[in-house]
Amino acid sequence: MKRRGITWFIKEGVLSNNPVLVQLLGLCSVLAVSTSLTNAVGMGVSATVVLICSNLLISLLRKFIPEQVRIAAYIVVISGFVTAVQLLIKAYLPAIDKSLGIFIPLIVVNCIVLARAEAFASKNGPLASALDGLFMGLGYTAALMAVALIRELFGSGSLFGISVFGEGYPGILMLTMPAGAFLCLASVVAAVRHFTSKRRGDK
Amino acid sequence: MTVAELLLMCFSAILAENFIFVKFMGVCPFLGVSGRIDTALSMGAAVTFVMTVASAASWAVYSFVLVPYGLEYLETIAFIIIIASLVQLIEMFMKKAFPPLYKALGIYLPLITTNCAVLGVALLNVQNGYNLIESVMYGFFAALGFTFALFVFAGVRQRLDLATPPKAFEGVPLSLVAAGLIAMAFTGFQGISLGGSGFFPFTLS
Repeated sequence: MKRRGITWFIKEGVLSNNPVLVQLLGLCSVLAVSTSLTNAVGMGVSATVVLICSNLLISLLRKFIPEQVRIAAYIVVISGFVTAVQLLIKAYLPAIDKSLGIFIPLIVVNCIVLARAEAFASKNGPLASALDGLFMGLGYTAALMAVALIRELFGSGSLFGISVFGEGYPGILMLTMPAGAFLCLASVVAAVRHFTSKRRGDK
Repeated sequence: MTVAELLLMCFSAILAENFIFVKFMGVCPFLGVSGRIDTALSMGAAVTFVMTVASAASWAVYSFVLVPYGLEYLETIAFIIIIASLVQLIEMFMKKAFPPLYKALGIYLPLITTNCAVLGVALLNVQNGYNLIESVMYGFFAALGFTFALFVFAGVRQRLDLATPPKAFEGVPLSLVAAGLIAMAFTGFQGISLGGSGFFPFTLS
């Protein structure tokens, strides 16, 4: 196993290999829960917790899981952690549970979690896998918050539910609608591509 | 639920509550395979089949196994296992019984396990308290809506290949913009929805 510093994980997960903005995984949940920053943080933290736990356990079990049934085994591990997270949120943060609704259980089929299990945790040690899960999760959260920031600030003129532009702000209704989610995500992905290609071009 | 309500539910599952453009479920395969009309239709057919059968199977397991033993909290795990094994079974069955169909759908079948629309439909059926017939109808028509979206988008995408967008928008961002424009058209159907059943903070009725 290659030895990697913690900066490698930060750079890989949050920037150069961001699961949403670069790998384009898990777009369903990004589109759906980016209506407000509160939702984005709630979803981001839930997914991060699931990613860390599932990566850790899958990495520990990687020598015992037979090659042929590995995907099924990963899904069972992931859905176990998702259920635990779902029950915790239901018990302690009922408001978040209500606004995220079905998207918490749908973390099971979020491509990011399965992709990290297959691409990283099944080949690396437990500590590296947990770190990978943490920073991939943070990268996901950052992308989710970027989209949610634009949608909440301009769509309804507030941040974390607190009004920013005052009562008179009419709000851009379209940004809070499904169409706005697609257009906003498209712009964010395009902006990231534009700036990264520029930086590479300068070198 | 009366027959009229059932029909309205089926109709809104295709248009007003379209899985891709309104509920955002199954966007990954949508962006992945909708490049050509024929592959989009094959994928749609496979998803429709799995979603209909999965609705019935998950309803049966939920009401005959999970509820009697008070295990409702295990629904996510139970449903994903049902879906994964169902997809595996269908794959094996089709390989033996209908080789040409298997060849046509083959590569799309394993992908369906991780399509969030399938798990989503199973969870929504439980959440909305649908009975067997309602679950199966909802699964089938939501899948038709998914297929419809794939089909419409594949047509748009074939045109997009000829477009020359700014470099940063090439590929997926451009597809997302096109999807956004189609989603805008789909909001027009909101007025005929049952109302209050979506999870968006607005009603246009």
